[in-house]
Amino acid sequence: MIDIFINVTLLAFLAITSVAIVRMTNLFAIVMLYGIFSLLSAGLFVVMDAPDVAFTEAAVGAGISTVLMLATLALIRNQQKPYYAEAPQAHRPWLPLIVVAITGAALVYGTWDIPGFGDPNAPAQTHVARYYIENALPETGVPNIVTAVLASYRGFDTLGEVTVVFTAAVAVLLLIGGRRPKPAVKLKDKGEQDEA
Amino acid sequence: MFIAASLAILITMGLALARALAGPTTYDRIAAVNMFGTKTVLLIAVLAFLSDRNDLLDIALVYALINFIGVVAALKLVTQGDFYSSDRDKREAEKEEPE
Repeated sequence: MIDIFINVTLLAFLAITSVAIVRMTNLFAIVMLYGIFSLLSAGLFVVMDAPDVAFTEAAVGAGISTVLMLATLALIRNQQKPYYAEAPQAHRPWLPLIVVAITGAALVYGTWDIPGFGDPNAPAQTHVARYYIENALPETGVPNIVTAVLASYRGFDTLGEVTVVFTAAVAVLLLIGGRRPKPAVKLKDKGEQDEA
Repeated sequence: MFIAASLAILITMGLALARALAGPTTYDRIAAVNMFGTKTVLLIAVLAFLSDRNDLLDIALVYALINFIGVVAALKLVTQGDFYSSDRDKREAEKEEPE
């Protein structure tokens, strides 16, 4: 009973936050609201018994992306002009509304075939899950089945994923910069610097 | 009693959200987000006791840490405009400029 009430309240907060994000123009406030948004969805994941997903959502959504957004904001500071005032309106406003409505209807139609939440007869439970549950511990010696699948059965896949994430992190760090070398104008002997 | 606690936390979350939406100054919003994070931690802790799952408490701890990092990053951006210049850099820059 209280679970349902918490779910409904959190979802209502989520909706309020999304509408506010769409309607606001203050970029800093929007980043702060993004933080609230991911804290709310992480709370929802916890209520839905998915603590590992909530872990990821809180670490990436509320932690790292807030910091990255703020770093971006620091780089583009004083350049925030509302571009949409001058942008030419190529289409009427009801066109995107119709597209969104049709896409939403298609997605809702797609959920009809999905088995119920935690259904034991769902394909995800009957296909390979039984094999992993029975054989993961004797074959790999890892007590946690999810860890056994990620690190042992799909070890090379995980290695590739880690490489992708590492490359992305390095690229982002290069883009947002760290310590920059001081500009040449500040050096004392300007003449030599200009020749070089 | 847990139900009353979670209701109180939800009401506080609503108030914090209202402050984050309305908050005229930047610091109002930062305080609101910090408070919202704290309320999320509390809500998860209450849920953990409500459903007898003590492993959720670890997540609540991680949230507390993440919340702290986010607020420090936001405050650093507001006070000095970037993330990478430390106080030492500022002092050196001030020392160099008069020359």
